[in-house]
Amino acid sequence: MDLKSLTAVELGKKIQAKEVTVKEAVEACFTQIDKVEKEVNSFVSLQKEAALKRAEEVQKLIDDGTLTGPLAGVPVAIKDNMCTEGVTTTCSSKILSNFVPTFSAEAVLNLEKAGAVVIGKTNMDEFAMGSTTETSYYGETKNPWNLEHVPGGSSGGSCAAVAALEVPYALGSDTGGSIRQPSSYCGIVGIKPTYGTVSRYGLIAYGSSLDQIGPVARDVTDCATVLETIASHDAKDSTSVERQDTDFTSALVNDVKGMKIGIPKDYFGEGLDEEVKKPILEAAEVLKNAGAEIEEFDLGLVKYAIPAYYVIASAEASSNLSRFDGVKYGYRTKDYEELHQMYKKTRSEGFGPEVKRRIMLGSFVLSSGYYDAYYLKALRTKALIKKAFDSAFAKYDMILAPAAPTTAPKLGSSLSDPIKMYLGDIYTISVNLAGLPGISIPVGQDAKGLPVGMQLIGDCFQEKKLFQAAYTYECLTEKKWVSMYDKTEAAGKEEA
Amino acid sequence: MSRQYETVIGLEVHVELATKTKIFCGCSTAFGGAPNTHTCPVCTGMPGSLPVLNKKVVEYAMAVGLATNCKITQVCKFDRKNYFYPDNPQNYQISQLYLPIARDGYVEIEVGEQKKKVRIHEMHMEEDAGKLIHDEWEDCSLVDYNRSGVPLIEIVSEPDMRSADEVIAYLEKLRMICQYLGASDCKLQEGSMRADVNLSIREVGASEFGTRTEMKNLNSFKAITHAIEGERQRQIELIEEGKKVIQETRRWDDNKEYSYAMRSKEDAQDYRYFPEPDLVPIVISDEWIQKIKDQQPELRNEKLARYEKDYDIPRYDAEIITGTKKMADLFEATCAICNKPKKVSNWLMVETMRLLNENGQEPADIKFSPENLAKLIELADAGTINSSVAKEVFEKVFAEDVDPEKYVEDHGLKTVNDEGALRTLAEEVIAKNPKAVEDFKGGKEKALGALVGQIMKAMKGKANPGMVNELLREMLK
Repeated sequence: MDLKSLTAVELGKKIQAKEVTVKEAVEACFTQIDKVEKEVNSFVSLQKEAALKRAEEVQKLIDDGTLTGPLAGVPVAIKDNMCTEGVTTTCSSKILSNFVPTFSAEAVLNLEKAGAVVIGKTNMDEFAMGSTTETSYYGETKNPWNLEHVPGGSSGGSCAAVAALEVPYALGSDTGGSIRQPSSYCGIVGIKPTYGTVSRYGLIAYGSSLDQIGPVARDVTDCATVLETIASHDAKDSTSVERQDTDFTSALVNDVKGMKIGIPKDYFGEGLDEEVKKPILEAAEVLKNAGAEIEEFDLGLVKYAIPAYYVIASAEASSNLSRFDGVKYGYRTKDYEELHQMYKKTRSEGFGPEVKRRIMLGSFVLSSGYYDAYYLKALRTKALIKKAFDSAFAKYDMILAPAAPTTAPKLGSSLSDPIKMYLGDIYTISVNLAGLPGISIPVGQDAKGLPVGMQLIGDCFQEKKLFQAAYTYECLTEKKWVSMYDKTEAAGKEEA
Repeated sequence: MSRQYETVIGLEVHVELATKTKIFCGCSTAFGGAPNTHTCPVCTGMPGSLPVLNKKVVEYAMAVGLATNCKITQVCKFDRKNYFYPDNPQNYQISQLYLPIARDGYVEIEVGEQKKKVRIHEMHMEEDAGKLIHDEWEDCSLVDYNRSGVPLIEIVSEPDMRSADEVIAYLEKLRMICQYLGASDCKLQEGSMRADVNLSIREVGASEFGTRTEMKNLNSFKAITHAIEGERQRQIELIEEGKKVIQETRRWDDNKEYSYAMRSKEDAQDYRYFPEPDLVPIVISDEWIQKIKDQQPELRNEKLARYEKDYDIPRYDAEIITGTKKMADLFEATCAICNKPKKVSNWLMVETMRLLNENGQEPADIKFSPENLAKLIELADAGTINSSVAKEVFEKVFAEDVDPEKYVEDHGLKTVNDEGALRTLAEEVIAKNPKAVEDFKGGKEKALGALVGQIMKAMKGKANPGMVNELLREMLK
């Protein structure tokens, strides 16, 4: 049986049916990891021994009927900015190279309660700052569809691991598109839920008012199942929301009749690659043919989203990252004479250039004399963007948009021009500023065979609508594209 | 001196709130404790941890705000104050800048016969920092985060005070209010009340303020008084010499009785305040404010009036007893048990105050229970023990909160009322002291005292002196 190609839910069913043991499921992951990890580099660390031990425990709980859920015994990978008790958590930074948390993130605990087996921590842009997973201290992750290209970021490791069949699903985090954009680049499904749906406790903060954890997986069913499992009201996170409607799998219905979908004209104009635009509009046609009402409209304020986002996210980051100072944990410089020198050298040596850039930007916009002109103005812009979405959702059930203006760029082509890289976040960051849910699903490929993702954006707490539309699209289309690792496998079989 | 100067003082007072747990986590706020034992990922600022506001902090802050006539900010928020220092585990302090919990209040102070209002500019909630300890032996610094996250309110006054006496009166008033509300014990030595003094001088009659300095590290009322006097003199000298006062933060050294300027690095900071994104705004409803008002305990002035009326004790006694919440509580609780207000008041006013003074303690340090004081009063009142024994027993009650009944029993301190035994003893004493007997019979009243004294001595002070007196008179008729 080819376990690695199964989705999480498919694998979970086989485990419940005793067709597959948890150990076999875990071993299948490590077999594939052994095969491809050298090329892809999805992981910062792997916990094979712990995973196999945990597999035995989970198997017992499945056998005695304690664990009956869809994710029981299914392996998972966790982005390395989520704390895992006793397991190094680096944020792909040198400064946390030796940091071992004493507790696990609430989202990870929720998965573990459901019987998930964590196999490793995935690579990311350092402190989730970047769109390519190239800013990691532990080397870049490569796109499993074409190793010369980036997987996107910052959850590039999670998305690549899923696309390269190293693991059925993974957790990512999304501050400005960090789940949706790499999902799009890697041809998988990823959702950023409404702000407050998944507890941020144990997620090492980048931009606290924007960060959300979400799943990345190979289909919509998996995403809904995982989100249902990790969503919780957590008293430890003051921004956590108490929701009664987290039974997301109930929305997996093949029906979009009467759904009103808005297409923002301002998202489909200049800057959007034709090769991305085409498959997305074709996908819109699929939904239209299935009975959805599709209409173009002007969302407005699009060009203000990027500056507002980079001001707010960097401001929060500059403060959030100040705790990494070499005093209590993490990297500390070797030679120093006094406290301030220790601080300076530790941070100069411990942080990479993109992180430093954002700390400087954030410190600047918060400094006295500039606060009103930058930070306050950005907050006002954020409020206006939320208003623009509010009026859109007064008319539409959801907004259909690209997840990124292009397919995955080549390795090494992005970091030299940060402004250009920031502009690549144009379709995703407004969603974070407004706290909305957004899902990215694969809808096609460009001429080079790189995947294209479509983004569906919903009003706050309307994940179910997104799941329903995405699921319908998935039902109506055949998945015609596979990452090179599916192909390799197929080729291998033929040879045999 | 040709010119007359007026001192202008405003205070920033930090008060540690009496919550059992810290402001953003469930760790204990207990004073002392081995280093880093009252800590968790939140109050040590570990990555991934998040703060959750302790509602009791808001309630105490509201109570103090209302008792000082402030307006409560009904949508208030926390902000981050960013600065690097190892006692500050996240390198930012969660405080309030833009929307503090309370604003625009005042308290009334009395200095001599003069009454005066001191206005409160604002009051905000914040977290305390940890404690840095320098290990001279190892030549390294260590941090104890037990205090990190202990809730504080900072009360910022307007520059309305003009003398050290007014400052002390203001602080005493704040302390009394906080103690009455149960919001804080306000112990200066333990740092649960701290004051920074902003001081400037100007010529009498001038309308503009002078340049002010801020003085830190003032750990007692005495230090505050000295520091104000010292800083006033320093500024006058500067101005008299034609120099300028520089706006700066100065650290008071109470041993040297001198303040010195802190390095500009420590002073000139840009804290880059911004709204704390990990905490949601606190929305305070009218109902919540009303609830806090309803819960507000009786404050001093109300108590004073009631004591005179209900307990019928003199104004002077009532003033001393209501001077601290601890005394007032003890008084009321003891009266509730024995219903002898005048006697309770006497024990508190005389013996308790004497022992506190002798031990260099404050009323807040009183350890004995109202039950045991009441028992003692009953024992003395019933004549079970005589007054000198009662004082002796009270010292034990004061020091160790012993049960007076048990103590008297165990130590055989009961007054001897056994007439037969006393009569036998009296006969012996009369026989042994013919001179004194003769003197008494000859009209020297004093001589009786000597005889009584001998009997008391023989009884180790436990005899009922009244009974001995009567007995002797009867026998010597």
